[in-house]
Amino acid sequence: MLTIKNLQAKVEEKDILKGLDLEIKPGEIHAIMGPNGAGKSTLGNVLSGREGYEVTGGDVSFDGKDILDMDTEERAREGLFLAFQYPVEIPGVSNLEFLKASVDSVREHRGEEPMDSVTFLKLAREKCKAVNLDQNFLKRGVNEGFSGGEKKRNEIMQMMLLEPKLCILDETDSGLDIDALQVVAEGVNSQRDPNRSFIVVTHYQRLLDYIVPDYVHVLADGKIVKSGGKELALELEEKGYGWLENGGQ
Amino acid sequence: MSEKTNQQIVEESNQELNEYIKSDYEAGFVTDIEADTLPPGLNEDVVRFISAKKGEPEWLLEWRLKAFAAWSEMDEPEWAHVTYEKPKFQDISYYSAPKSMEDGPQSLDEVDPELLKTYEKLGIPLHEQAVLAGVRNVAVDVVFDSVSVATTFREKLKEAGVIFMPISEAVHEHPELLKKYMGSVVPQKDNFYAALNSAVFSDGSFVYIPKGVRCPMELSTYFRINEQNTGQFERTIIIADEGSHVSYLEGCTAPMRDENQLHAAVVELVALDGAEIKYSTVQNWYPGDENGKGGIYNFVTKRAVAHTNAKVSWTQVETGSAVTWKYPSCILKGDNSIGEFYSVALTNNYQQADTGTKMIHLGKNTKSTIISKGISAGKSQNAYRGLVRMNPSAEGARNFTQCDSLLIGDKCGAHTFPYIESKHPSAVIEHEATTSTVSDDQMFLCQQRGIDPEKAVSMIVNGFCKEVFKELPMEFAVEAGKLLEVSLEGSVG
Ligand SMILES: Nc1ncnc2c1ncn2[C@@H]1O[C@H](COP(=O)(O)OP(=O)(O)OP(=O)(O)O)[C@@H](O)[C@H]1O
Ligand SMILES: [Mg+2]
Repeated sequence: MLTIKNLQAKVEEKDILKGLDLEIKPGEIHAIMGPNGAGKSTLGNVLSGREGYEVTGGDVSFDGKDILDMDTEERAREGLFLAFQYPVEIPGVSNLEFLKASVDSVREHRGEEPMDSVTFLKLAREKCKAVNLDQNFLKRGVNEGFSGGEKKRNEIMQMMLLEPKLCILDETDSGLDIDALQVVAEGVNSQRDPNRSFIVVTHYQRLLDYIVPDYVHVLADGKIVKSGGKELALELEEKGYGWLENGGQ
Repeated sequence: MSEKTNQQIVEESNQELNEYIKSDYEAGFVTDIEADTLPPGLNEDVVRFISAKKGEPEWLLEWRLKAFAAWSEMDEPEWAHVTYEKPKFQDISYYSAPKSMEDGPQSLDEVDPELLKTYEKLGIPLHEQAVLAGVRNVAVDVVFDSVSVATTFREKLKEAGVIFMPISEAVHEHPELLKKYMGSVVPQKDNFYAALNSAVFSDGSFVYIPKGVRCPMELSTYFRINEQNTGQFERTIIIADEGSHVSYLEGCTAPMRDENQLHAAVVELVALDGAEIKYSTVQNWYPGDENGKGGIYNFVTKRAVAHTNAKVSWTQVETGSAVTWKYPSCILKGDNSIGEFYSVALTNNYQQADTGTKMIHLGKNTKSTIISKGISAGKSQNAYRGLVRMNPSAEGARNFTQCDSLLIGDKCGAHTFPYIESKHPSAVIEHEATTSTVSDDQMFLCQQRGIDPEKAVSMIVNGFCKEVFKELPMEFAVEAGKLLEVSLEGSVG
């Protein structure tokens, strides 16, 4: 599904990713943990092709395609989804309108007709319900005035609608109350599929009780410095990052 | 994202946008019609010629001459936040009529087919059949260069007692109404361009809605400048008698020309006791090319008087013109009268817009609302200029103003010039202003969801304008949304 080899990237002339390797097979869930400023969000941005994040070395192949030369929207249409750590507001553009444009552009890419409005509305309502968001959120501006937790649930709702191949969840658990955490986890679990993979970025072992990962990696100073099974998360919770090579910064 | 990249995007986008405008200003074709055009120049004889051409009565000629005399003494205003080469008033032709119109068409069948084709290209279904077939339930008057070409739906309107006809006809058929109201809201000497218009206006639309009548359909005028070196000087007069209601739409286009063309219109609205007038404009005059060459100079005076319990609302979407100078205003004369101004002004390339409104509160408990959305891209300059005046008589008057600017790129400018004069202690004036940009984060969110950047910008801009668009009649709202999308195509890399 995703093969990252020796990925190096810089932002504003500063090297952030310094030779990162990662291999994700279809159906797997990989958790990435690591200290603040290690480069976790940067990885998501680089994989999404965000402007300003310059790849200076390495290869990324997604679903058999070299994606580093693709535009952001192209990668998205190929099935790469990023749930944002800090979802931005777009005032005046209704969530529904935004989601329809999004779904239709992915469909167009696949050579499908735009979805008719009635079917879409039904689907969108269904997904709203699944993440415990009121229908009103479809009418409201994208993330406009949403609470922190509502924004995160809105991201998961979008993910469910778009049915991507690879989902990168960047601290989707932060700012969620206990019930919402469960709702989000259930949303993610409901999307588990032999052909869909997840990268779950988190600081808290707790999330991994709900979304059980196949692998846990520690990203520190722009590299994966340790990988293991889900028990690694427990160990990290106990010991912190200081005992790892490069982990303390 | 680094600033450098940002700038690159903007440069690229502007380039693309320029190419777009250059090649694709959809209304930029020229119609090949033999025209009867007066040689350039302006003097008293020209005024007499125009008046004679229209067979006008003596009083109207006198009225024009008075305006001309006033104009000759006036100087062009320079206070607006725009810089441009002043029109050479002696190089402009003040009258142009398609030749076949000389004797005036009696019905659509007599209208030059080339003309009809022009309107078809503009998407105006002039033929009543098309209209009746449900394309548009709108009565249309079309002003081509200087002459009003056709007014559809006249019969149906007549049944309701609504008068909707070219001013050139109203002069003969309803002289008493015209005499009473023309110049009553915008006096001949009001300002430089209004005086010019009063002297040489060639035609325009005249509307009268009788007492208590709700106009059975939207009324609409399309303005088109076709001839080279002509100016367009039309007037619109709408009188809504007591308790009546009317919604009026105005659309504008012009062909691409290297020279600047002048459009100096006057619009007068009179809402008598308890009447309501909704006036919507979608202005898409040719904005000039990527170097700022050509384009329409749009110097327009629009003003309304609202009597007791009356309501006037101006809604405008301005995307065209090289230079716009326009302040649709409301004089809230009667107690409890209401004035509204909803505006979207988009500028790109070298376009300059200085637009806004004036709300003059005279009556007690009068209310006004101003929502202005300015969008600047390219190297354009976009200024909001608004005056709210509460006169000593305006007890309990209220105003709310919200003035938002959106910048696309960093070579453009947005300016806000609010003028507030409150002469009554009980008057309440609220003013809010914001400036924002289309942020990289917003663009990234859209793109990460598969939406291409052009669509994303247009979606974000449309969202920004939502409060104004919802004031437009349904079909115009769709048109306005599309217009923005087209005007912004390629505006972000
Ligand atoms: N657009 C940017 N401009 C400047 N510096 C940036 C930018 N994006 C990331 N950085 C820097 O890169 C480093 C890595 O940031 P990143 O957001 O990837 O960390 P993170 O691992 O996600 O941290 P956290 O756990 O706090 O979310 C930080 O030092 C950050 O300041
Ligand atoms: Mg982060």
